Parts: sequence; C-alpha cells; structure tokens
Amino acid sequence: MRIFVLIKQTPETRSMKMDEKTGTVTRNGVDNIVNPLDLYAVEVALQLKDKVSGETVAISMGPPAAESALREVVSMGIEKVFLVCDKTFAGSDTWATSYTLGNAIQRIGKFDLIICGERAIDGDTGQVGPETAAYLGVPVVAYVNKVHEVTGNEIKVSRLVENGEEIVSVKMPALLTVVKETAEPRLPTLDGKIHARDVEVIKLSAADLNIDPKKVGLEGSPTRVVKISKPQITRKCEMHKTGNKKPVSDAVESLVNFLNRMESVSE
Amino acid sequence: MKGCLVWILAEQFGGKVQDISFELLARGKSLAVAKGARLCAVILSSALPDEELRKLVEHGADCVLAMESELLNQFNIEPHAAAMLEAIEKYSPHIIIAGATSSGRTLMPYVAMKSYSGLTADCTILEIEPETGLLLQTRPAIGGNIMATIKTPGRLPQMATVRPRSTRSCKRIEGRSGDIIRHSFKTEKVTSNTRVVDFIPAEDEVSLQDAEKVVIIGRGIKKVENLEMIRDLCDVLGAALGATREVVDRGWLSYPHQVGLSGKTINPELCVSIGVSGAIQQLAGMQTSKKIIAINKDPDAQIFNTADFGIVGDLFEVVPMLIERIKKGALTW
Repeated sequence: MRIFVLIKQTPETRSMKMDEKTGTVTRNGVDNIVNPLDLYAVEVALQLKDKVSGETVAISMGPPAAESALREVVSMGIEKVFLVCDKTFAGSDTWATSYTLGNAIQRIGKFDLIICGERAIDGDTGQVGPETAAYLGVPVVAYVNKVHEVTGNEIKVSRLVENGEEIVSVKMPALLTVVKETAEPRLPTLDGKIHARDVEVIKLSAADLNIDPKKVGLEGSPTRVVKISKPQITRKCEMHKTGNKKPVSDAVESLVNFLNRMESVSE
Repeated sequence: MKGCLVWILAEQFGGKVQDISFELLARGKSLAVAKGARLCAVILSSALPDEELRKLVEHGADCVLAMESELLNQFNIEPHAAAMLEAIEKYSPHIIIAGATSSGRTLMPYVAMKSYSGLTADCTILEIEPETGLLLQTRPAIGGNIMATIKTPGRLPQMATVRPRSTRSCKRIEGRSGDIIRHSFKTEKVTSNTRVVDFIPAEDEVSLQDAEKVVIIGRGIKKVENLEMIRDLCDVLGAALGATREVVDRGWLSYPHQVGLSGKTINPELCVSIGVSGAIQQLAGMQTSKKIIAINKDPDAQIFNTADFGIVGDLFEVVPMLIERIKKGALTW
C-alpha cells in the first residue's frame, strides 16, 4: 500500500501577536511548526503501514524552510519526502495550492491513499484536501475519526457528521481528511531523528511539473484578499469581583439578573 | 429559474430539510435583494415530497431546484459533485452559499476545483459590492486576529460557506409562492466509490453546534471529578457542554466537545465560560456567541475582554450557588 500524507508548515499561531496600530499580524520571532492537525494524518499513515505494509510518503508545498517540517515527519517514521517549492507558487489560494499539489502527486506516482489533516491552523479552511481529491478525480471522505480496516482495495472508515457518525466504505485510490480523534501522534525516535538529518528532501519546482503557469500562485488563484481589518470588539464587560467583603452570593444574584434580561434565550 | 443568480445549497437528512437551509436562505435573501436577483435553493437528494420542498419556498426561496436521484439520498462525494456541477452548468448561478457542514465542506471544495472558481470558508459577513455586483466574503483569519475580505473576480460561481448557527433563519411565511423544479439526475455516468454502510447517532444529549446555550470549561476546573458539578449546571441551564483544548488533551472530555481553533466553532445565544483563560485560539471558537459570561478567578484573564458579564471568583463557590438558585426557580425563562 502506498500512502501519501500532505503536510503544511505553519507559524505557531499561539505565539503570534497583533500589531495594534496596523491591525496586522507580526510573524517576527514566531516559530514554524508542522501544522499540528497534520501530525494525526502522519500517525494514521504510519499505523496503516504497520498493519498492511507499504510505503509512506509526505509531500509539502511551501518555501525552502518547509524542508524542516518534512524532516520532522521523517523522524516520526515517514520514509520519503517531497517539497513542492517555487517562487511562482507564492500567494496561491486553496485552488491554486490544490492544483499544484495534485500535479506534484501525479508526478510522484501511483498511490492508494492520500491522508490530510482536517485543516491548517493558519489558513483554517480545510479545503485543500477535498480540492486535491477533485483535481486527482478520486473520492474524498472528510472528518474521518476512525479507520476500521483495509480489505483488498477497500478501506472502511467512520466520519463525523452533525448528528453522529457515518461508517463509509471507500474504494481506493482515495483521499481522507482525519480529525484529532483518529490517533495519538507518536513522538520522534532518536534513530528517526538521526535518519531525518540525512534524508534526501526531493524538491519539485514548477519546471518539474506539468502545470499551466497561469494557474499557479497569486495570478492563478480565483480568490483575492481585498481588505484586512481588525475584528471589532464591541463588548463591554459587566464585572463583578468577589472576596474582600464582596460576597459570592451578590455576584451570583447579578448573574441571575443578567440571565433574566436576555430576551432571545427566553423566547 | 429565470433570474436565479443567487443560490443556496439546502441540506436534507433522512428526507427532512435541515435548519441550515433556512439560515442560508436568510443570507441568500439579502444578497439576492442587493443584486436584484431571485433566490434559488438547490437540494440534492432522492425525491422529496412537495410539502418538504415547499418549506424552502416558505422560508424565502423564489425557486427550488431539486436534483433527484436515489444515489443522492446519502452523502457520497462523487454523485453529489456530479449533480451539483450539472446544475451549475445548466443554470449558471453567480453566487452559491453553502453551510460549513460535514457535507458542505466536502462538496463545495470539490465543486470549486472542478469549476475553477473560488471558495471562501466560514464567512461571517457576506455582502454585494455595489459598483461591481461581486460577492464580498469576510472571514476571520489567523486565529481570529484579523478579518480578511475576499473577492472572486472574473470567475463564476463565487462560492462561500458559512458556519451553521451563525445566521437567524428567515421567518416562515405560510402560503408564500415559488417555483419547484424537479430535475431527475441521470446517474448512469457516475459511479460512487464511497458507500455509507452504517450510521451511528451521537450519544450526546445536545449537539454542541446546534445548542442555543453552551457551557465551556477550561483548565480551571482542575480535575475530571469536577465535571459532575458542571454537568449539573448544563442540566439546569439546558446547555450543551464544550471544553477547551487543554481539557480535551487531558482526556477529561472527548474531542467532539472541543471548542476553539482546532475544534468546533459555536455561535450560541449564550456561552458560559468557566475557568477558561481566553487565549486567542480559544476565543476563535466562541467569540461570536451572542452573550458571553465568564467566570474566572484571575481578574486579568483575557476572557473578560470578550465577555458581556464577568465574575472574578472561585468557580467552585460560584457554580454550586448558581445551580442552587436556578433549581429554586430564579430564572424567568
């Protein structure tokens, strides 16, 4: 079984700060990490490999620095890694990203399964998985929370839906996006770390791919960001401190009054 | 279908039109009015009775386009995408708004790729740019730190998803008139490589994202045993229970309860946060709640900047007292 995992290097959003004056986000001094939700995809791939044997490949699209993200997943056990990287890819929206990744996947070769994290914590769209599946013409099952079994060319999974779980049988090749529940990502091993240092990160540039240059990067992206603004904070907090002669019961009474003033809930 | 440039993707489950459809109709209505266009609800399913489809009309659709096939009864990506693409090709909508649901978030990107057009996820504001008639799609970006407004110039359809519960449904007007067009979707050319073999309904009392009231707990509850008290509060309030990542990571509650950047986004009428610090990635999951109450012992906790009502105090004193007051009938609702 040949399993591809798509990973993204993202800034550690937790440490990101807002520039209060300009309303933009400063990335200075912010660490780059493997998108945390992608680690679950890596783990699912590694577990499947252990069960049915095969090869695991990780693919990332990003700047040269994203190489370190690929090395990190090698330290967890991924065998082969590809970095899809070219200046002309900069500014790609999810469509152009999926077009480029899909193309790179075709170049890398045959696969049985592609596994993605549910979404990236920076872009937060969750679109690249299904869009890549569409490009490749394979089925997608999103929000997979359990991988049950592989029988022949079929894989049985559960996916989270609004009111429960659906058990879905999927003919491979296929693409899955997985949520956190599916697996607990393993830690890198010492051997893995040593191996990751020397592993070859195979680079694919625009010239290596069979792409239409008009469909990649900012120019090829159907969407455009036209405005960035600060979210408006319109709330004013009615604060009630307790302690220091201010009994908790007073605060609770005010809270009850506050709840009773809420019209929409009482409708 | 004449003049139906604005579409919403209605959803059905078990033959019943889902609430998200009515919320989307409210969104679609304002866009259709701004564009001087008619509003169409497209629904992909096996044949539904007229009275079920009429609900869409009564909630604001000028036209209902039902793409019908037995293959569309359950959500399978290939037939759904094929049906949607056929509908788009036949009627050329300018705008399609879908729910950011498990199926909407799967289908819409698939359709966007195939039709080489743009899709913006989780929009909180949708407007028509007066000069161009284009759809302006505003969404929180980078953990809710900024709002980004996005356009899809030169490509059609312009597509966006909005989270369930982020919009109030249009009021139902009984007897409102509109067209219902049934289109039998020919499935000979489509094979589905996925098959739904079983469905397991959620055990949870209330679905977090559908709940009008939600209690969110953070690390401040200290240990799993304290959940009992929180569940009591949920009971008396009629609230669903959510938690921050820290709580889920400790195994105190399962992932479906997680609210925040790496969990669910909720938009209830009332959100009661208990022992939640209010870090950006937590706020991203609940900051659009209509009213937010915060209970935290740290007066400098960030959560108070996003709350409407705050108690600085020990949650182990506040919560039991609140439960008791409510049990004694303190609430008027």
